[in-house]
Order: sequence, then structure tokens, then C-alpha cells
Amino acid sequence: MEKKLEGILTRYHENEGNLISILQDLESEFGYLREDAIMWISEKLDVPPAKFYGIATFYAQFHLKPRGKNVITACCGTACHVKGSERLITSLVKELAIPEGEETSEDLKFTVEKVNCVGACSIAPVIIINKTVNGKMTPDKLMKEMKTLKEGKREYTDYI
Amino acid sequence: MKKDVSIKVCMGTGGIAAGGVEVMSTFEKMLAAAGIKASVTKNCSMHKVGCRGFCARDVLVDVIIDGGKSTYQYIKPDMVERIVHEHIVGGAPVGDWLVTDDYHTFHNKQIKVVLSDCGEVDPEDIDSYISRGGYEATKKVLTTMTPQETIEVIKASGLRGRGGAGFPTGTKWDMGIKAPGPVKYLICNADEGDPGAFMDRSVVEGNPHAVIEGMLIGAYAIGAPYGYVYIRAEYPLAVERLHLAIKQAKERGLLGKNILGKGLDFTIKVKLGAGAFVCGEETALIASIEGKRGQPRAKPPFPVQKGLWGKPTIINNVETLANVPYIIRKGASWYAGMGTEKSKGTKVFALTGKILNSGLIEVPMGIPLKEVIYDIGGGIEGGKKLKAVQTGGPSGGCIPSNMMDTTLDYESLGKVGSIMGSGGMVVLDETDCMVNVAKYFLEFTKSESCGKCIPCRIGTKRLLEILTRITEGKGREGDIELLETLSSDVKTSSLCGLGQSAPNPVLSTIRYYRDEYEAHIYEKRCPAGVCKDLLSYSILEEFCKGCTACTRVCPAGAIIGEKKKPHKIIQDICIKCGACFETCKFKAIKKG
Repeated sequence: MEKKLEGILTRYHENEGNLISILQDLESEFGYLREDAIMWISEKLDVPPAKFYGIATFYAQFHLKPRGKNVITACCGTACHVKGSERLITSLVKELAIPEGEETSEDLKFTVEKVNCVGACSIAPVIIINKTVNGKMTPDKLMKEMKTLKEGKREYTDYI
Repeated sequence: MKKDVSIKVCMGTGGIAAGGVEVMSTFEKMLAAAGIKASVTKNCSMHKVGCRGFCARDVLVDVIIDGGKSTYQYIKPDMVERIVHEHIVGGAPVGDWLVTDDYHTFHNKQIKVVLSDCGEVDPEDIDSYISRGGYEATKKVLTTMTPQETIEVIKASGLRGRGGAGFPTGTKWDMGIKAPGPVKYLICNADEGDPGAFMDRSVVEGNPHAVIEGMLIGAYAIGAPYGYVYIRAEYPLAVERLHLAIKQAKERGLLGKNILGKGLDFTIKVKLGAGAFVCGEETALIASIEGKRGQPRAKPPFPVQKGLWGKPTIINNVETLANVPYIIRKGASWYAGMGTEKSKGTKVFALTGKILNSGLIEVPMGIPLKEVIYDIGGGIEGGKKLKAVQTGGPSGGCIPSNMMDTTLDYESLGKVGSIMGSGGMVVLDETDCMVNVAKYFLEFTKSESCGKCIPCRIGTKRLLEILTRITEGKGREGDIELLETLSSDVKTSSLCGLGQSAPNPVLSTIRYYRDEYEAHIYEKRCPAGVCKDLLSYSILEEFCKGCTACTRVCPAGAIIGEKKKPHKIIQDICIKCGACFETCKFKAIKKG
């Protein structure tokens, strides 16, 4: 882990970045903000961990708990809202057994997160499954996708 | 004779979601197979293009043979073979799949400036932009105009900030050039946080070089050697294309030191927003770039006096900047010739919601709303009745269906209690509850309030509490008046634009739909049938055929019954989502 953290710090110095950039790097490296990683960086930079915590809890992008292997993002923008995103979320939470008040299933296989708007409103409602944007979603279609995901039948690709 | 063939595939976020990548690769495979490319075509090029607005019809494909363009809609990979054989080889377009008349009606009333090259240029290729006149405006200002002259052109064009507030861009730049010191910053605000808006995403995805060129001209005008683009991390494709475009511009000497040999230095850095709506506010955005919590501060000092790292800073929105190269190229009077007296030019809107032709549109300022909804948008989806049009997102308001003569410009929208905003336009039909819509926006602003000032932090929370109890059937007499007083307090005493505009959705829905609020409070009834606590669903046994369609769609597993026998909804489990109601073909589900 230390090697990875050294790498992040080097990039940080090279790019005259700031604490947000470090946290973004940490998040993409580990999937969430690990406490031990924050402590390590905090010591190296002589910046109190509270400062990191303040930033991490302010921005929606940062997570303090580990996230699932599969991340399903439900868009809650206005267009998606009026086209029934709430119903999709209810069925996702139920299907993937996400505990109440949490985002991630206990076995760390699935995370269901809500985001404000992904800006694909003309194909609302939108569900992003592991970075693949799926438009005009219906509960039926979504359940089929979840089934293939659970059985590991489909590999989802990154953008482009 | 061999043909000149060019194929353009729509590859914005919408196009990719509909399978654009697969369509493009199938074209490539098919053309290479059996030597079609070599035997039929003289020149054959494939282009990814950005959003052309009509994402609902994706994947859209242009096939251009010797200059003659045919546009196909809803293209899937398995349809490519027929297009290649019948159209590219055979010369006859596949009539069944061509866009229909409404595709043209969708475009006819639009005037495209910012979007004029979106859907035409390949966003990943600088030469594609240059071939359509790109960076000519940069050459023009650098070789023939002084910074002050550049500012005068923008002033004369009447361009106003497209982020929502509508501050005159030329005046802003004038303040920029007058600010003292060699170190100044120009920031492009691409933190498009309004839910229901995607203009900036589409522009950056579809034509990133126009944004870079706009920044370049702005930097020259105000004398800023450093630029930042603050863009949402939720727009990965836009971020990627922006990085690529900056790299290409650097390689061509259009960014960096001594640009075009004219002694101008300008570099652009990209900063990713970390997901906070309030960071669209100028001082919060600056704090965020500096790596702090994105909380706004009191103004003055304004960013132009004391901005990023304490230096003079000018912040412009993506769409504002993307207008600039076109204004410089075609002249201020051309731009000022469009629009109304006080709102010049065109505006891009994201037309979404219950509208038939949902998508990205660009219209001249001052166009009546009804032309947008009925001519461009094609009317309401599913033959339902229009109820309202919501503009300006969480800071805006609703315009009721009997006011569709309202024109789209900063002044008229303000008069009816809404705002232009950044360009989100969500169409609502008779099945949308206006109290619920107000509640939706307050949920948003409450959770996005940064918490620094009390009127916004506590005020939005209390507003939401009252709205929630109204939608739950627990509304009390006096709640409407309480909402009104509290709203006006929050508006007048909040620190920044977020709080000052957060009550707008509440005030505008009360203004036009007071009767709906009253029905919720006094009759415990939701007239649109949306608020769950005021609803129940049951199955009419005499109509139920036992087809099990409802059982399958019920996300809660609340419907039981044997096949071919009447089903039943268990009320305790039912989450009142209405899925069964929409699915049942026999009208056997009763809502009420």
C-alpha cells in the first residue's frame, strides 16, 4: 500500500495539486477512502486528518466505507425522477439485499448509489451499471440486468 | 465511378448508451469485409460525432455519399449490413430506417450557434474543428484586434452569461482587463449541477475545441495567462475529450507559450469537481479549486477583485465561452440580430420529461414556449395533457400550461416567477403532482446546502419538513402561509444564490397550483395521484384475468394470486409505486 501512496504523493507534487486531488486519487486507487491511507498521507504532509475528513464529507464523490464489487448508480435528476427512478431504486435495493440506510450489500458484492444527475436526461430514467450507461430503464429490464450481473455472465466495459 | 463516403455516428453519452460503439465497429468490419472499402469507395471515412440533440432517437447515423446526406435513426449493429449493401454499395438509402419528418420539424425552428458544429465535427480530432473554421477567431483577434476591441465586440453582441444569472459577458471581461496585476485567472465553469440539464456536457463532449477557443479569446481579452476548467467528475466522457482537445491544441501551438507567435501565453488546467451543487457558485468554485470545502463566502470582494489564490479571476460558463468564437467570426451585429431587445442570441435548452421529442435544442431568445413544446418537442408523450414546464432547475419555477405564450428570455421568465437558469426544461404532464415536484427540489437543495449560513441550512430543512408532511396527508391549516413566509425569509437572508433561489420551486407552485396544495391539506387527496400516502391500489376482481403481468413487475412482491384467477394486493407490503397500474392491460387495477 505504501508504494501506491508514495505514487499518489509524487503525482500530487508534480501537478501542484491539492487535497481534493489526493482524495480523488485515493478513491480511484482503493475504491474508497481508507482510514490508514489518510493517516499515512496526513502524517507525510503534516496536514491534520480532520482537514481530509472535512473535505471527504463535504463532497458526494468520496466514500468512507468500502464499496461493492459492482456499483450501480441510479440517476435521480428531475427527468429521471418524473419518469420513475424511485421505483427502480426500490426494486434494486430489494433485489440486491442492500441493508436499510446503507449503500452496499453485506457481502460487498453490490453498491447501489443515487446521484443527482448524470446529464443523460433525454434517455431517462438512467441507471449506470459499472460505468455503462443504460437509458430508458424499466423495472423489468433492470431485473434482467441484475440477474446476468449476479450470475457473472456479462462483463461490463468502461467508457469507449 | 468510385464514391466519396463519409459515415458519422453519434457518440455522445446518449449515443454510446444506445450502442454507438458497436454500430461504429460493425460499420468498420462490414466495409473492410469483401473489400467493399477498396472496390466501392474512393475516400471512406468514419467519424464519431457529438450530440446532435435528438438523443431519444439514438443511435443516429449520417451516411454521406458524394455530398448527399441521409440520416438514419434507431440504428442497431445488426442493421448495419443492410445499410452497407443497399445504400453504400447499391446507392439506394434504406427508406424504412431513415429519420421521419418529425426529425426535421425538431430541427427546423432551431437556430444553432453553440451547437452548430456539434454532431458535425469529430470531437476527438482538432483538424475536424479547424476544417469548419475553428481557431480562425483566435487568429483574427490575435492579429487584428486589441484586447479592448475584442471586449467591445462581445459587449456589442449583447452576450449574457449562460450559466443562469445572465450578467453581460462583455462587462465582466471589461472588469477583468481593468483588474491590476500580471497574474489573473480565467475559469470555465463546467460544473453543471442542475438536475435535468445537460447542455454543458453535450457541448464539451461534442465540440470541446469551441470551449477552448472561447477561453483563449477570453484570456487574450482580459490578460489572463492561466485558465482552469472546473468540470464535474460525473461526466467522464466530457472530461476525457477535454483532456484530449487540450493536448491537441498544445501540439498545434494554440495553447502554451507564445501562441501563434503573437506573444500570448495561456495554459489550461482541468479540475474535477467532486460532486457538490454549490460549487457552481463562483466563490465556492474557487474554494474547491483551492482544495477546500466548497463553501461560498460573502461578496464583495468579488472574484474579479480577489479570486483564485487571491488574484483577479473571471468565471464564465461553458455555453457562454462556446458562443465567443462564433461571435468573433461572424460579428457582433449578426449575433445581436437574434433574440429580443435585452436578451440577444440563442440559448441551448435541455428539453426533457414528458415530452415526445426529448433532447438538446438551441433556439433564438424570445421564442414562445409553446413553439418549443409543440413544434420542436412534438407535444406531450402518450397523448396526455401538459401541466407545466419547469425551467431553471432547483433555482427556478414552474410555468403553467395556460401561460405557454411566455417567451424564453431572461426578463419574461423572471416575470412569471421562474428563471432562465442554465437551460434545464422539464415538461410535466397531468400525472405529475406539483407539491411532490416542489418537495423533490427541496430535497435536493436541502442536501446540497453547504451549511455555512443558517437561513439556507435550517430554512431548506424546515421547508422540506412542511412539504413532506403535506404530501403525507399530515398537512395543517396555515401550512401554505407558513411556506410563503419562510420562503421569503430564506430568499432574502441567505448568503449565496443557492439559498436565495432555493424557495423558488415552492413559491411558484403555490402561486399557480394553490388548489393542489389545498387538496392535499384539507381533503387529504393528491389530485395527480402521485403522493403515496394519499393513495392505495387495489385489484378489481371482475376485470382481472390472472395474467400475472402485475406480479412480475411488482418490485415489492405485494401481489399474490394463481394464474388465470383474480389477484390480490397485500396492502401492508404494497409500496404504492404504481407499476402494476401501468402494466395492467385490462384496467383491473384501481387507484384511489
